[in-house]
Amino acid sequence: MGTISLKNINKSFGSTEVLKQLSLDIQDGEFLTLVGPSGCGKSTLLKIIAGLEQQNSGDVIIDDKNVNSTRASKRDLAMVFQSYALYPHLTVRKNLETPLKLRDYSFVERLPLIGNFVPSRKEKKKSIDDLVFKTSETLKITELLDRKPGQLSGGQRQRAALGRAMVREPVAFLMDEPLSNLDAALRVHMRSELSELHNSLKTTFIYVTHDQAEALTMSTRMAVMIDGELLQLDTPSEVYNNPSSLRVAEFVGSPKINTFAAQISSDGSVEFMGIKLERKFNTNSQKALVAVRPEHLEITKDSNKPAFEATVSYRENLGSDIFYHVQVNQSESKIIVRGSPQAGLISNGETVRISPSHAEAMLFETSGERIR
Amino acid sequence: MLARHYIGESWKHGLLIIGALIVLIPFYMMVSMSLKSQQEIQSISGGLVGAQEIQTFPVCTKHGYTEEVCTMRPYKYNFWFAFKKAPIPRYLMNGLIVTVSIFLIQVLIALPCSYALAKLRFKGREFVFSMVLFCLLIPVHAIALPLYVMLAKAGLVDTYAALIIPWTISVFGIFLMRQFFMTVPDELIDAARMDGMGEYSIVWKVMLPVAIPALLAFAIFSVVAHWNDYFWPRIVITGNRDLFTPPLGIREFRGGIDSDEFGPMMASIVTVTIPLIVAFIVAQKRFVEGITMTGMK
Repeated sequence: MGTISLKNINKSFGSTEVLKQLSLDIQDGEFLTLVGPSGCGKSTLLKIIAGLEQQNSGDVIIDDKNVNSTRASKRDLAMVFQSYALYPHLTVRKNLETPLKLRDYSFVERLPLIGNFVPSRKEKKKSIDDLVFKTSETLKITELLDRKPGQLSGGQRQRAALGRAMVREPVAFLMDEPLSNLDAALRVHMRSELSELHNSLKTTFIYVTHDQAEALTMSTRMAVMIDGELLQLDTPSEVYNNPSSLRVAEFVGSPKINTFAAQISSDGSVEFMGIKLERKFNTNSQKALVAVRPEHLEITKDSNKPAFEATVSYRENLGSDIFYHVQVNQSESKIIVRGSPQAGLISNGETVRISPSHAEAMLFETSGERIR
Repeated sequence: MLARHYIGESWKHGLLIIGALIVLIPFYMMVSMSLKSQQEIQSISGGLVGAQEIQTFPVCTKHGYTEEVCTMRPYKYNFWFAFKKAPIPRYLMNGLIVTVSIFLIQVLIALPCSYALAKLRFKGREFVFSMVLFCLLIPVHAIALPLYVMLAKAGLVDTYAALIIPWTISVFGIFLMRQFFMTVPDELIDAARMDGMGEYSIVWKVMLPVAIPALLAFAIFSVVAHWNDYFWPRIVITGNRDLFTPPLGIREFRGGIDSDEFGPMMASIVTVTIPLIVAFIVAQKRFVEGITMTGMK
């Protein structure tokens, strides 16, 4: 079992409030990502779950047991850190053995020299060796067991750190940006490996990241945190397609979502950039914001489609996609449109007609709440 | 342009060479005098090693040895007589016992203290640390008298304890290790806590191995200071020759009827200096190794 629930967690460092009345239920066996910009309190939240940091108020409940006053080591959680935090003076094997020895050996058995003479130790040592070997097989690090962390590459250290977390077979894994020290190619590779690992272990994963791509690709559910508040908790596709507020919409998705000022008439119809949305909204406000993702804007030559004109000012060619940064008119900020390379390159300075896909336009209050 | 560049460089080197000579010449004199005969020393002749003629040494026969025993080459005589005149091995042993005990106890105390000051959050931490800094400013000589009175009242004068106890708490050690521990990532400590280590286990099983390079630097300071210390042993060791440390032992060669015999005196000094030089060379190599083995980014 690995259900974790957080109830009204508050945490402040001095006068800065880091977490505000945060509640969260994590189901057994799910891959939950805590995602948010730096400084939003996600790492602090993870440390509170781990027991490395004490909340000012609120409860942490693991498997229906309140663990507020339980020490980190007794919560049966394992953590993977951004800098891996392997013991630099020990070989990978010893690194993997350490948590098991601390859990299984008695005080006398842990003593150097004297410990060797305690008869029960031999049996325990054997089971530890087996576990270490099994884990190293799973992670394909068997041949690295006798090396020290300093002799490993980033990816290998990452695996060793995962191994040290896995050997104990904990209730849940806590991961604090474990991939952010890896290079781009390896990061993408490790994303799929972590997902596979999660599928085979079927243990609860709580994964902290500031990279929304990691959150979108790996998680069962993702929790978007901004400024110490949980803004939305849902599956990645729901969060992406149906964000609850403008802040979530702007944080999730790369490049960032485009926003336009819009006017709402008394009958609920919405108009922005001279284009009228087909859908009608039920709201009392007169001004609002329309948000459209870059892939839902289309560069069109069809003069029948409702569209607005803009000038291309910068072009980002990613191979599979091209993102055009366009300037609508001097006063407005730039917006980003996705184009396909098949349609041919459009050079800087050219004027294009841009047409939004009506179904995908989202409406927000000027304060940021979603209007549905 | 190029020539001027060389001139600019050369005066720097010249200055450094003069500095090096000022430091090295006494060592040269010491080694040279420990090898030469009394006549050569007094007439400042014979270069580094002298002529090494076999001769009979009058001071030796004055001490009651036969003429046959006292006839040998000067270098051999100097060292042989130094060891005959004073129990140098005993002094070296005392030096070893005192410096090693001091260092080990200093580490035993400084490591947990500096760990707490660097990594644990508690009320008054900054105040305690500022007191540590304050203690760095107190010169030993200022508190020597009260310390001596305390040890005398406790009946510890003329014991190893008197040589060791006053130095066991090294504020410099606490300060140095605290600064080093500040650079150790918190994540390493968090990882150890998740693995189930208590705070003392973290100090001895994680922080100590990581801190080896810093500890070696501290060891050099501590061992050199207490091996060479003359002031404190001179105060607390009043009569018992069995407790003399090497610097006190060298004093034996001063004064007396044969006070002008420099050969054996310099030989004893060479003997006392060699362990430090060897230790330094060994530590220097480990020093570099220590830094590379940490493997932290």
